[in-house]
Amino acid sequence: MAKSQSKTAADASVEHKSRRDFIVVATYAMGAVGAGAFVWPLVDQMNPAADTLALASIEVDVSKIAEGQSITIKWRGKPIFIRHRTSSEIEEASVVSQDDLRDPEGDEVRAQKPEYLVVLGVCTHLGCVPLGQKVGEVRGEYGGWFCPCHGSHYDSSGRIRKGPAPLNLEVPPYSFLSDQVIRIG
Amino acid sequence: MSASKFSNPVVRWIDHRLPIFSFLEHEANEYPTPKNLNYFWNFGSLAGISLVIMIVTGITLAMSYTAHVDYAFESVERIMRDVNHGWLLRYIHMNGASFFFIVVFVHIFRGLYYGSYKAPRELLWMLGVVILLLMMATAFMGYVLPWGQMSFWGATVITNLFSAIPFVGESIVTWLWGGFSVDNPTLNRFFALHYLMPFLIVGVVILHLVALHRFGSNNPLGIDTRGPQDTLPFHPYYTIKDFFGLSVFLTFLAAAVFFFPNFLGHPDNYIPANPMQTPAHIVPEWYFLPFYAILRAVPDKLGGVLAMFGAIAILFVLPWLDRSPVRSARFRPMFKIFFWILVIDCIVLGYVGAKPAEGMYLLVGRVATVWYFIHFLAILPLLSVIETPRPLPQSISTPVFGGGGGLAGAAAAPKEKV
Repeated sequence: MAKSQSKTAADASVEHKSRRDFIVVATYAMGAVGAGAFVWPLVDQMNPAADTLALASIEVDVSKIAEGQSITIKWRGKPIFIRHRTSSEIEEASVVSQDDLRDPEGDEVRAQKPEYLVVLGVCTHLGCVPLGQKVGEVRGEYGGWFCPCHGSHYDSSGRIRKGPAPLNLEVPPYSFLSDQVIRIG
Repeated sequence: MSASKFSNPVVRWIDHRLPIFSFLEHEANEYPTPKNLNYFWNFGSLAGISLVIMIVTGITLAMSYTAHVDYAFESVERIMRDVNHGWLLRYIHMNGASFFFIVVFVHIFRGLYYGSYKAPRELLWMLGVVILLLMMATAFMGYVLPWGQMSFWGATVITNLFSAIPFVGESIVTWLWGGFSVDNPTLNRFFALHYLMPFLIVGVVILHLVALHRFGSNNPLGIDTRGPQDTLPFHPYYTIKDFFGLSVFLTFLAAAVFFFPNFLGHPDNYIPANPMQTPAHIVPEWYFLPFYAILRAVPDKLGGVLAMFGAIAILFVLPWLDRSPVRSARFRPMFKIFFWILVIDCIVLGYVGAKPAEGMYLLVGRVATVWYFIHFLAILPLLSVIETPRPLPQSISTPVFGGGGGLAGAAAAPKEKV
């Protein structure tokens, strides 16, 4: 009975075929929009929350860092290396030929003020924290940082020189608010 | 089962080894369903969808919730203010709980009215009562998690119910608490159980569906289907009807979420829990109010607890209390009257449960409590004996196509236009 009914219904609707198709497609489309509107909040709730984003920038007083010393601070849950470089380190970093670099980048581009190098202390290979911040730690063959996980060597500008890491240590967005204070993020 | 049912060779290959497509085809597509189901039969699928909505929003809320007495309240406020769309997820979850209970209550009363609990669907009905119990436990523990004043004192009062058990009551309550009052261990385990129990509900729902599909849906006439002329394939006839019902349901849910999100809640739960001070007037969530009224109607601690749990336990034996062979209230003139009295009785209990337990409210609550039990324990068994049911139609199709049955004229007229 159901079959014969739907058959006659189909016969009768031939002339309205396009109108019925339109209604069906429009219904599916509205359903898809509704489902999407419900799914998006479920997905987006995993993105950083407003209070997490509010902590995304910090200010640091760099005047306390003696020449040749580094500090490590936490920004967005990751370590930031701020190094007050000696003149010989700056010299070393600026004379390197771009041809010797895996990820060519000039030191003057990486450091807004040559005395202070600000980089993300996260190895670009697989995310370990390289050594070289504390006095006495291994600083690698190029006098910068050395990642103990898989042996990546970074120079005094935080550029990759040897080992598996593909890129230089990332320079976070920062600016000097005054001569002593920088804001990261 | 023939493999040629599917034209797609990949589907056929899989189905031969894992008959998932045959199963779906059989249970969801061609599944023969009585053709005379009315809109009260939408509430089963609505309950299932409510469960899914609750699980999905609940899992996402759990990603931002902290089950610790020092952080729980603040983490919920953080969900409301800082987490992306957190307010939406929480309001859907909060109001979704209420709507879930509305849907399930309608579903239960539909079963009561049309005798869906009678043979051969007794286990189907009892599994439903198990689902109700699990839902109540889940809802209660969920209400504790925001760790507001109502959360804390609700948890204290409800867990103290078990102290009414003779001899071991106190030990059981201490065990439930994991300490000597509702505290951090209690909150932690309630969170763990609140996360677990919906999945238990899913398991029982699957059993509920297996039992349902054994004999198929009951129907408004309460008579068995007698062949293809009495049924329609579930798809597309009832899938489209369920979707229509769903869109109406979601409209109401959205209206509550967006315009009255706290209408069914209690403002005191936006005050952080304070173990040193009980709010002046504590009430459970609205869906517990009838049971709360029964608890308070009995002037004895153990008696009250037994009456409250008995009000649900009695539903388990309902198929054996109502011995009338006629299922649908349409053909039971006396049962129909008492059914509506029971509905009013439950509403009265809910109303009284929200009021202070004193004076007139207490008296009305007691009368309504006694009536609740009289209905199930005395009236239903008695009706089975003294009531004369009206004659049943020959089959579902008979009244539609004429030729007998009291409903012929009324039901046939609109159908002829199809």
